[in-house]
Formats: sequence, C-alpha cells, structure tokens
Amino acid sequence: MADEGDQTDSAAISMAGVHKWFGSFHVLRNINLAVRRGERIVICGPSGSGKSTLIRCVNRLEEHQRGIITVDGVELTADLKRIDAVRRDVGMVFQQFNLFPHLTILENCTLAPIWVRKTPKKEAEELAMRLLTRVKIPEQAGKYPGQLSGGQQQRVAIARALCMNPKIMLFDEPTSSLDPEMVKEVLDTMTGLAQDGMTMIVVTHEMGFAREIADRMVFMDNGEIVEINAPKEFFGNPRHERTKMFLSQILH
Amino acid sequence: MTDARLDAPLSYVRVAPEPVLPAPIFSRGALAWMRANLFSSWLSGALTVLSLALCLWLIPPLIGWATFHAIWSAPDGALCRAHQDGACWAFVAQKMNYFRYGSYPQTERWRVDLTEIIGAALIVWLLWPRAPRRAIGAGLFFIAFPILAFILLRGSDWFALPLVDTVLWGGVFVSLLTALVGIVFSLPLGILLALGRRSRLPVVKLASVIYIEFVRGVPFITVLFMANFMLPLFLPDGWAPDRFLRPLVGTALFAAAYMAEEVRGGLQSINKGQFEGAMALGLNFRRMMGLVILPQALTLVIPGIVNNFIGLFKDTTLVSIVGMLDFLATVENAFKDTVWNGPTIAPTGYAFAALFYFVFCFAMSRYQAAMERRLGRGRRR
Repeated sequence: MADEGDQTDSAAISMAGVHKWFGSFHVLRNINLAVRRGERIVICGPSGSGKSTLIRCVNRLEEHQRGIITVDGVELTADLKRIDAVRRDVGMVFQQFNLFPHLTILENCTLAPIWVRKTPKKEAEELAMRLLTRVKIPEQAGKYPGQLSGGQQQRVAIARALCMNPKIMLFDEPTSSLDPEMVKEVLDTMTGLAQDGMTMIVVTHEMGFAREIADRMVFMDNGEIVEINAPKEFFGNPRHERTKMFLSQILH
Repeated sequence: MTDARLDAPLSYVRVAPEPVLPAPIFSRGALAWMRANLFSSWLSGALTVLSLALCLWLIPPLIGWATFHAIWSAPDGALCRAHQDGACWAFVAQKMNYFRYGSYPQTERWRVDLTEIIGAALIVWLLWPRAPRRAIGAGLFFIAFPILAFILLRGSDWFALPLVDTVLWGGVFVSLLTALVGIVFSLPLGILLALGRRSRLPVVKLASVIYIEFVRGVPFITVLFMANFMLPLFLPDGWAPDRFLRPLVGTALFAAAYMAEEVRGGLQSINKGQFEGAMALGLNFRRMMGLVILPQALTLVIPGIVNNFIGLFKDTTLVSIVGMLDFLATVENAFKDTVWNGPTIAPTGYAFAALFYFVFCFAMSRYQAAMERRLGRGRRR
C-alpha cells in the first residue's frame, strides 16, 4: 500500500498520502493509489465511505489538504493553470448527468471542444456526431436534454466527456439515478469504452459490471482504502473482514 | 376494466384494447369555461355579476369623456372651458411638439427624430428573435448608437451640427434616453455585482454587499440628489459631468443594485451540478458563467428583470426633481399656459401621460411573455 503512490512516471494517476477534511470531518485518510495507463479501477464501498470524494479530487472538484495527487504527470495544486490542464484531459460522468438544459444535445457536446480546445465548429460537430453515434443516439442531436430519458441523458453525458478526447475517464455512480430498465444501456456503453483501452475509475454498485471490466477492485470504508485486489480474488476470496461483510450485504 | 365488485374473479386477462374516448361535452367550449371560471360557486357568481355591474357603471362614462364629449381640435382653450364634460385633446395636439422635444430648437428637431428612428430600428433588430445577424445589431446598438446619439443630440463642430445645450432638452426623448441608459447599464452592472456578492474573494464580496445594501437602503430621490450635488465634489475640477449626465449615472447605479439581487436569485437557483459539469469539462470561470450558468440564471429571472425595467422606466419621472425636463415635466409645464388654462386641461394631460407610460410598459410586458414562451420551449421536462 505505502509504495503505491511512487510510480509517478508511468502512472496515469497517482495519489500519495492524500488526506481531506470536510470541516473537522476526516473524509479521506491517507489514500495511496496509482492507476496505470489503460487500467480500469472500480471503487466500491458503503455510502459515505469517501468514494465520490476520492474521484472528485482527481479533477479537483474537491481539493485535498495533504498529500500529492499527480494526474498525467501534472501535480494538482492551487494553480489554476494546472487544474485547467488536468480537467481538459480528464472526463467525468456524474450521477445526475449534469447536462446543460439550455443547450441541445449537439451543443452540449461541442461546447467544450469549441471554447476550451478551440476546435473549429464544423469539426467539433462532426466529432460530436461520431461520438453520439457511438453511444447510439445520433438521432437525438437536435433535442434538449429534458426531452430524453435518463439512460439517453447519461449516454449523452458520456459522449460529451469523450468529445474532449480525454486520457482518463471518471464515473461517479453513473447508473445510480437511472430507472432499472436503463442501467444496461449505460453499462454497455461503458464496457465498450473499457474494451477500447480507456483509463477509467468507476465508482459503482454494479458488481456484475465491475467483475467484467475491472483490472483492480478498490474497497473503501470510513474514508480509507481497505482492500485493493484483482476482481477474481476480490469477489472469490476477499481478505479483509469489512470487505467480506460489505460483499455479503450487497451480493445476495 | 370497470368491474370493481369484490366477488369478481381474482385473475384477469385483457382480450381487447380499451377504446380511447373523447372528453365529456361539458368539459369543453365556452359554456364549460364560463361555468368553471365565472360561476363555479354562489360567491363566484355573485362576484361576477358585481364586477360586471361595476364595469358597466365606470367604463361608458370614461369612454364618453375620452371620445364623444372630447374636444379634438381648437385654436385655444375657450372651447374646452365651455365643454367641461369631455377631454381636451386639442391641448395635447397643440402641445405635442413641446411634449416630444421640450425646448430643443425648432430647426434642429430632425436630429431627435433621426436618433429615435435609428434607435427604434436597432432595438427591433436586437429584440426580434429571428432577425438576421443579431450580433451586428447588438454591436451597432451598444457601441455605434450611443456615439451617434451623442453627436446627433448634442451637436458637433466636425459634422457642422450646432451645439444644443442640454438645458434645452426635454420631453419624450429625454424620458426614453434616461430609461434606455438605465436599462442598458443596469443589467451588466447588476450581473457584475451579483457575481461579486457570491465571490469567494472577501474584499470583492464586501464591496458588492455594501454597495447593494447601501443603494437599496436609500430612496431613489436621494441617489439622484447625491448624483447631482455630490458627484461634482468627488471629482477633480473640470471633470464634473454635465448636469444632464448626472441623473443618468444616478439612475443606472440605482437600478443596478436592484438588478444585482434579481440576478443573484437566478444564480442561486442553478443546481450545483451545472457548475461541476462545466468545470469538469475544463471551462474556466468566465466561460462557465457566460456559457452555462448566466444563460440559465437570466432566463429564470426574466420576469423579475423586466419588472425592474418597467419600474425603472416609470421612475425616470423622478429625474425632474433635479431639474431634468422629462416627458411628465413637460406635460405639467404645459398646464401653466394661460391660453389653455381650464378645468379639463390637467385631467387630459395626465390621461395622456398615463397612456404613454402604459403603452411602453405593456409592450415590455408582452415582450417578456413572448420571450418566456420561446425560451421555455423544448426545455421543460
């Protein structure tokens, strides 16, 4: 565990000795985690265990107060230029989609490429249409987010993040606010992405999906990483008591 | 399935689809509307009849006063003094040029007309949603038009337009100019103040809070007096702005404080996820605000913003207190003309002024409604 954070050079993401407090509440405690390029990490754990906070630290939606986080060779500090650089290369998908309701699906997808990457509008639209086709909803491009189902909105959110051509994708419980019949279409999209070799960190409770795509499982509880293991080991032979207990509660 | 008896069989399988039926006759049409809205209960019915009676009692005399019994043309007030049961529109017709231009020199009034026409054309270009190249319209309106209006109204040696001192300005164009300057400057200023008030930088936040609370805490008249008498004291000699400009500055600064609170309300109603979504895409603060947050926040508070604009437009009548001859002041000035002196003159003048303000405010209100419908389309869940 302790030397996990040292592989800065080859790692896509490295977190070394990271601590974070919300007020006086110690929400992340000595997090050490290195994610290799192309690696898929699935983080699970009970609610309030700090999973979301951890991945939100990776693109600095939350700031950590101690320790070192390096993303693609850039260390995250209060320097806005570095934060912008990291956010350009790290895509994020949220539980609540966070699509922009005043823009069409296509405009949602082209906004950041045009204004952040300075891609010409036509080129950005072509790219957006390609990615909307990839998530299987090109025909919705002219609609507004409010006219789409939850599953469709989340697939748009994935396409929107991909439009920035990110090196790393973060997923913060992407299926938790979906109706049950829409979970599969989103998971299928994410599986496709994983098969293409995207570096991914996924916070999810979908254990079937995790077993299928994860290179490593991370189990968190009470703000600390309790166990990291390959999925086969993690599900077949969990070592820590708390992991066993958690798995027995969610896998009936 | 209408079979709700307890002894019905416990299982049921549909064999034919249930037909889709038209709504019952009494839920549609004029009769249903009247029953639902005018006579839904005894109290409602009584109020309907009472209101109808009140309208019948008040409206015909008013129409009679304004039309049938009114004097439409007369060389002086004699005819109006003789017919006191009707309005004296002849007075308004006679004084129309004074109402429109104040004491602006007769031979130069075309400059006011030209400014008004260009301004109106640009406003239509700007506000008409389907107009082509609205960005150019906006550029012309916000940058070229103020310069042009300044040169035209005030005069300039370069263009061989004689100077017209602002002391001579008055009437409708002064009211419109004041309102326009207030509206155009108060919105951007208000947005900046609202952002300042939400800023994490303590100095910026404190300055915004102090400004907003101070300006909201004093009456508009006080702000006007301060702009008029104190602005020159704060500025170095020779920098004192024209006495016409001072109330304009005061109006814009006053309206900005109210606008700021309106905009802040909009900003607060935007979900945190919108900020995070924008930040995660790498948009910096300015782009996040300009492209994602403000378009949504401002749309939400359109009713409040237009409400402020309407209030501001009517508040411009107060600038007469610091010596500006706005439209209402010209109307009141005209009452003093001994040629027209008579009991029907003041009611007629005020009725005309009311009509003038109503037309502009109602237009703003209708535009607001159209805008809300347009922006609301396709976004509702």
